[in-house]
Amino acid sequence: MPPSQLERRLRRFFNIPLKGENSEFRSGLVSQYPDERKDTIQRVIAAMTVGKDVSALFPDVLKNIATHDLEQKKLVYLYLMNYAKTNPELCILATNTFVQDSEDPNPLVRALAIRTMGCIRVDKMVDYLAIPLKRTLKDDNPYVRKTAAICVAKMFDLNSKMCIEQGFLDTLMDMLNDSNQMVVANAISTLLEISKMSDSNLLKMDSKITKKLLITLNECTEWGRISILTALADYDTNDSTEVDHIIDKVTPQLQHENPAVVLSAIKVIIKQLDKISNERREHLQRRLASPLCSLLSNPPEIQFVALRNIRIILERYPEMLSNDLQVFFVKYNDPLYLKLEKIDILVRLVTTDNAALLLAELREYAMEVDIEVVNRSVNAIGQLAIKIEQVSKKAVEVLYELYMNRSTYVLEQLIIVIQNILRRYPTKYLPTVITVIADLNFDDLSTPESLSSYIWILGQYCKQIPHLEDRLQTMASQFQEMDPLVQSAALTAIVKINLTKSSPKIRQILQQILNEATTKIENADVRDKAYIYWRILSTDDEKLQKKVILKKLPILESTIEKFSAPLLRQLVDEISNLGSVYYKPGAAFVRLRSGDDGAFVDNATLQSKRLEELQQMAKSEIVNNAVKAENLLDFDESAEDRQGAQEEQEEEKIEVSASSDSAANILDELSDLFSGLSTQPAKNVSSSSASPAPHNSGNHEDLLNLF
Amino acid sequence: MASVVYFLDSRGRPLLHRDYKWDIPSTAIEKFPLLLLNNSIGQSVDEGSTIPVLNDNGINYVYLLHKDLYILALTREDANVFSILCYLDSMVKVLEGYLKSLEEESIRDNFSVIYELLDEMMDFGISQITDQKILKEYITQESFTLNTLLHPSGSKKKPGSTTVFKQRVAPSTVTNAISWRSPGIVYKKNEAYLDVVEAIDMLVNSRGQLLSSEIHGAIKLKSFLSGMPELILGLNEKFMKSCLNAVRGTPGNVSEGDKKSIEVEDLKFHQCVRLGKFESEKMISFIPPDGECDLVSYRVHSPVLKPLFLIDYKVRNHSNTRLEIMLKVRANFKSRVSARKLEIRIPVPRDIDSPKYHYNKGTLKYVPNESVILWKFRKIDGGKEYVMIAELLLPSVSDDGELEKFKKIPINLKFEMQGFVTSGLQVKYLKIREPKMNYQSYPYVRYITKSGDSYEVRTN
Repeated sequence: MPPSQLERRLRRFFNIPLKGENSEFRSGLVSQYPDERKDTIQRVIAAMTVGKDVSALFPDVLKNIATHDLEQKKLVYLYLMNYAKTNPELCILATNTFVQDSEDPNPLVRALAIRTMGCIRVDKMVDYLAIPLKRTLKDDNPYVRKTAAICVAKMFDLNSKMCIEQGFLDTLMDMLNDSNQMVVANAISTLLEISKMSDSNLLKMDSKITKKLLITLNECTEWGRISILTALADYDTNDSTEVDHIIDKVTPQLQHENPAVVLSAIKVIIKQLDKISNERREHLQRRLASPLCSLLSNPPEIQFVALRNIRIILERYPEMLSNDLQVFFVKYNDPLYLKLEKIDILVRLVTTDNAALLLAELREYAMEVDIEVVNRSVNAIGQLAIKIEQVSKKAVEVLYELYMNRSTYVLEQLIIVIQNILRRYPTKYLPTVITVIADLNFDDLSTPESLSSYIWILGQYCKQIPHLEDRLQTMASQFQEMDPLVQSAALTAIVKINLTKSSPKIRQILQQILNEATTKIENADVRDKAYIYWRILSTDDEKLQKKVILKKLPILESTIEKFSAPLLRQLVDEISNLGSVYYKPGAAFVRLRSGDDGAFVDNATLQSKRLEELQQMAKSEIVNNAVKAENLLDFDESAEDRQGAQEEQEEEKIEVSASSDSAANILDELSDLFSGLSTQPAKNVSSSSASPAPHNSGNHEDLLNLF
Repeated sequence: MASVVYFLDSRGRPLLHRDYKWDIPSTAIEKFPLLLLNNSIGQSVDEGSTIPVLNDNGINYVYLLHKDLYILALTREDANVFSILCYLDSMVKVLEGYLKSLEEESIRDNFSVIYELLDEMMDFGISQITDQKILKEYITQESFTLNTLLHPSGSKKKPGSTTVFKQRVAPSTVTNAISWRSPGIVYKKNEAYLDVVEAIDMLVNSRGQLLSSEIHGAIKLKSFLSGMPELILGLNEKFMKSCLNAVRGTPGNVSEGDKKSIEVEDLKFHQCVRLGKFESEKMISFIPPDGECDLVSYRVHSPVLKPLFLIDYKVRNHSNTRLEIMLKVRANFKSRVSARKLEIRIPVPRDIDSPKYHYNKGTLKYVPNESVILWKFRKIDGGKEYVMIAELLLPSVSDDGELEKFKKIPINLKFEMQGFVTSGLQVKYLKIREPKMNYQSYPYVRYITKSGDSYEVRTN
């Protein structure tokens, strides 16, 4: 804009000193030339976009609100939305313009005004919002109505009480009968949104509304269809004719070009699948297969979410996609996360018919560059071998081949997989496994998982392993530095070997490991396990030892992870929502905010929860101690009895009951303490025989220090 | 749904954002680069190693990678994440339509129109209108004054002026039942063009065996028709039958013993096609949007598809100083057909030096930033066979992994063939009827087969 630039230059030249950007903006905003004003507003918004704080210009920007230039109006409105909070009082000055605009002859302006007004998040604004909102909800123009419908959600967010009092929610329900599809769709979306906000169900679906929605469905925009389908998915159908009607009207949506419409439609149908005849269900399952596969003809991020949903659907209906294996083959350009996800699906689709094909494909992936893909593929080959017996031989051959061109990172995963295969086929592939193991040493492996698998194989097949004693010697020498997982495996292995293939050398190693495990290892599990073995071994009952230690493991049926049944039910409801990606129901990760200080509230509740837990812990501690105290007293009593001491027994008994009372009193006392009072805790402890009591008081003092 | 939409540069710094629900603190975005880093599943942190949906401290981060930009939506609810991602994808497409290309610079230069669009496409996190044709009717990059709007007549031409003013009137099309076409379109010549385009993705192993193939087909319509024309598209019966089988979920007629039959796996229609009518009356009927659209898109599985090009590849390593790559390509189709614009990308190790080529057709070029040798043909006839040998000097300092790594990257092929499509789809007719105007019009049909994004041949 040459004139304004020239002017700016002149100003600069003559009198106005440069005071930085803001003062330059300020003078531009009050310029007498409309072009310069608009230009300045644009530059202010540009500054806002890059994160500069231009809130100080609020009054000057506000002066430009009354304009007929729609673009300028939009920019000023945008500025208002962003900085309303910094100048709540000044915002009220804008209401007049908003209200005026909401009566403008141009529907675009009316809609813009009502849209923006709802976005000005200032409490006082709500008071002015109700009237124009009521008017625009009944506007002649559908564009204005559909915008106003959403504004109800904004108002609910600001002041839910007022929103309900003014009857806006009822108006929304009425709007479901609007003649315009987009208004209906937005009314649905808004009701769903408000339901989520208030954690209640406001959209009361009945068969009449359902019918109406099914008709609207075909006329809607893609996003409107998604809202309607979402509402339908949650609808609990009454009878079979309704189920049929829904399925008939929803299935054509599977051909929609927007993948989100397709997945939403799939969800609606899946939710009805249990209510129809077997024959029809099978037919529909077949029908869902290709739309599901087509979800993969999208950008990788969309594919990723689709795959997570497919996993859920597959667990519910495992046969659905077994003819479509190739769709899930990994492409070279797929991002890493997508490759891993695809491999995960591939193993779930395998049947006896396509297993050989999949194995050949997995073999290719196992030779890829990415370590993660290689590891996942090796694991998948194992899963495949375990699931489908017919290809297990080939799978083992492939694993052996991978081992031969070994790179260290394959090795770790390979050993784990071999262990699993042995658990499934205990002897079938032993010769191959032994050649692999014969070649391997402890130093070749580094992760705890692979090491413990290796050790397990040593223990299980000790008779076939060459140079067994040397290997065990190395194992024993490194025992103390090992991960607890590996130590535990080593313990079991050496005990097993001692029973099946004993020799002086092995007995010596066993003794060394048991010694170290019981004296030098800090991990309680390993220590306890060692003690238990030691006990069993010292019984000298070899039959018992063998019965306990060499117990046969159950055959491994599958190594493919599965959801638990209740979780799966919840996940079907989560299809296409965030929960389907996390594999968790919504309640597990959604934290509803409570006002702007949500974080603070969260912290506070968290702290009070922790406090409760501590109190609980303290209480149970004390109860335990009290029980112990009684026991001790009993013991004393009986001891004294045996000694036949001279003291009067009655007195003794009174004392005993008194001290056990005292322990109970401490409990009450303690809860008093936690509720804020601080009395001397040791008051009741008078008896000399109740030695645990002072210990108790020490306990609470520790606890009190915690707070 | 989405609370905020962000545009971030490749390092995760915000370029522009639009807050729709104000329930997420501005500090949340500062964490995003760290989240990408911490949640990376790969060993190196590069693009594509972090899953696109993350949760931190009650806030869900859902992103889409577009060129070098992160397009990110944040939400607190258990929202429909699939729909959010699809929305982001549509939004990017709309913005690309406006800005030609969506990148850091174009975002900075066009923030005001972007804000305007973001406002129109989503409201309070609820997706509204993402149809570019409709948006273009009332959001334009030129500035407008409301004066033109004050003429209630709605006539497009001002009396006495020859320039056509596009009015920013109430977007009636937006809320019409037919939301994709505005009334009152007039063309002198009424024409419609149909392109049947099939993109083949194929994976072939080093022995020339087909591992997997997928054909993505589309019928693209370009229409320049007046009024509100009713169109009916007729396809050959075999294809139509296969389509209906796919849609109804009935398995293909294997009983016919016709193993050569092509199977349509799935098809999708543009929103203008009446979905109900297709199923019940086997009819593809619609009122088309003005200009271009993908009317039908489909996926085909063909069990008998042969690789269109046979590749013979050999590599010889001369004591880690010099590589010799030999590649033979044979056009595996009938001699009367020919392929155009064939491009073969042969992967090589990084940083090779002074490549020398021997070849008998096309042009050869080393492309350093892709680490490939690109062999280009303008045209290759069916049945012909060509060879090239490339000698490359290896960099003196290179890690051993690199020499292994390049062999694992498949060879990529791109090409285009005209005059036929592999699925056997044929357009039988395109009936055009405009109830009020009754004009004559002629459709034109073209058939194109080309490579998809991944037409690849493995080398080892």
